[in-house]
Amino acid sequence: MNTAADNAIEVRGLTKRFGGRTVVRGISLNVRRGRIFGFLGPNGSGKTTTIRMLCGLLTPDEGEGTCLGFDIRTEADSIKRRVGYMTQRFSLYQDLSVRENLEFVARLYEMRDPVAAAREMIHRLGLDGREEQLAGELSGGWKQRLALGACTLPGPQLLLLDEPTAGVDPKARREFWNEIHALAAEGITALVSTHYMDEAERCHEIAYIAYGELLTRGTVEEVIDHAGLITYTVSGPHLNELQAELAKLPGVDMVAPFGASLHVSGRDERALEAAIAPYRSRTGLSWVRSEPSLEDVFIDLMSTARDNFQ
Amino acid sequence: MSVFRGFGGAGFRARTRAMVIKEFIQLRRDRLSFAMIVMIPLMQLVLFGYAINTTPRDLPTAVLLQERNDLSRSILRALENTGYFRITHQLDDAAAFDRLLASGDVLFAIEIPAGFERAVRRGERPALLVAADATDPVAAGSALSSLGQIVLTALQHDRAIPDAAAPPFEIRNHARYNPAAKSSLNIVPGLVGTILTMTMLIFTALSVTRELERGTMESLLSMPITPIEIMLGKIVPYILVGFIQASLIVGLGILLFGVPVFGSLTLLAVLSTLFIATNLSIGYTFSTVAQNQLQAMQMSIMYFLPNILLSGFMFPFAGMPVWAQWIGETLPLTHYLRIVRAIMLKGATIGELQYDTAMMFGLMLIAMTIAVARFRRTLD
Repeated sequence: MNTAADNAIEVRGLTKRFGGRTVVRGISLNVRRGRIFGFLGPNGSGKTTTIRMLCGLLTPDEGEGTCLGFDIRTEADSIKRRVGYMTQRFSLYQDLSVRENLEFVARLYEMRDPVAAAREMIHRLGLDGREEQLAGELSGGWKQRLALGACTLPGPQLLLLDEPTAGVDPKARREFWNEIHALAAEGITALVSTHYMDEAERCHEIAYIAYGELLTRGTVEEVIDHAGLITYTVSGPHLNELQAELAKLPGVDMVAPFGASLHVSGRDERALEAAIAPYRSRTGLSWVRSEPSLEDVFIDLMSTARDNFQ
Repeated sequence: MSVFRGFGGAGFRARTRAMVIKEFIQLRRDRLSFAMIVMIPLMQLVLFGYAINTTPRDLPTAVLLQERNDLSRSILRALENTGYFRITHQLDDAAAFDRLLASGDVLFAIEIPAGFERAVRRGERPALLVAADATDPVAAGSALSSLGQIVLTALQHDRAIPDAAAPPFEIRNHARYNPAAKSSLNIVPGLVGTILTMTMLIFTALSVTRELERGTMESLLSMPITPIEIMLGKIVPYILVGFIQASLIVGLGILLFGVPVFGSLTLLAVLSTLFIATNLSIGYTFSTVAQNQLQAMQMSIMYFLPNILLSGFMFPFAGMPVWAQWIGETLPLTHYLRIVRAIMLKGATIGELQYDTAMMFGLMLIAMTIAVARFRRTLD
């Protein structure tokens, strides 16, 4: 029972099908309390479906587990009282003002003084002076802040944030992440889905999901080490042609452009070295052995996963 | 002129064609619109063709026989032979008359007084008393106008009375509740119910689908609120709205059309509130069934049509065939129309309106039960 106390989320083998199509396939997750857990994956990989199963909005077809110690199948009501879920699409009332939205949430959670709670949250969000503005009229960044404010208002122990920073400018994103770290420092657990790689690095731990399957998990370093990818960075002229040529070679698993250079990666070090040997002496090109980036790892994981499924 | 540029060219035809194909594909996918294209004309045709009858027959009639003999029996037979009257009650007691008329159980009450036969034979021209519920002038009118001649013919045929130039008796008509047969007295109370049905239905029919379409349902469902709480929360505000609307129509009816309110305004207010809540519940049920706001609107329109035609608002309820009356009984408007006409025009009390009140209440509970059962707490 010790694990239930340490883990905010503990699920095994979650599977969800929609009309015969398996969207989530046997996902198991453990998220320790007080951690920021990054949930990464491309569009349509099953991130939203998994999050919805965690907060009781969807019933898993298979699998079981607990959220804050409550069974996700039978105790959804207890989970809902303690979890703040921020949907991918803005889901507060656009025709209510900032204050009215927050007061509505406070009343739903039977907070003692909804008016004061809303006022305090408006202040915390830095929305003073905008409290009477309609939620629908706020800019994208402010909407996200308000949505985060609304789901943290009732003092949840766990936040499930579904792509909270999609379509938000970099400054607002940074502020958003500072806020999430501040909340984590207060002891709140957060599961954040995203497809921004730089955001993954702001998480204590990450999991990568594609085609409904969990492909890897751990800290960013662990994920990169575990992938066992060898990467060279090459720069020079005519990189477009070079990319096409390299991609065809056996031993080269992935070639991806990064600014003015290419990342050439392979899982088998000897095969990769052999493949690129003829190009290393080519004039104008400079080759450097480098660390694979998280993105290299994910794209590689995805292509292997796709090979496995097709 | 730029609007017409390219008109008739090959590009024009290709683009128009593309648009037509797209619209057909969308129409084919939109099952409910497709169903409406078929259902609405079908419903109209069947209802207007078979169910609606402006010269209604088989109207429920009570008869008070103060004497029983050959003549009274042949009058009864003659009444039934006309096809207009169906004798549902034979009474010996005058007090029961008023009750049956007030509750709307019968539309006519015919009294054959004591000594009628003897008076006829003596040529004293006695009176046959006919009380008609004229709250719906259309329903009562044609039956009343034919009454005298048809009964006389029947009696002569039976040779119960001697041939005579003048009818040997007099029919004393008493059009109760609406002696001047003003149709506004019938229509204004009816409008209260019809307008409320339309507006209340639309208020709630859109309520759940709107949350689904705007995406607010997802966050609502992730919070600790139950389906019953959501339903009541969405119905209660509109009860007040409906109440204001009802007061407005009744008030204007009194001011502009001189519609009387013989019964208790409090009773009218209480039962109107029940009717409003019933319609809101039905609208809410549509909202939980429909996939989007358009479907909810279409369902409301399809529901509204039989309400107008089969409730007794436009056409006499008693004149409809039995199957149509059964459908009518399942519509809250039918019961509310009886209630509102009875209270305003007849001064009816709750005692006479028990059945219709119970029916409205029952329909509301059924609608609410379906709505709560249909409401999906998950996004599965």
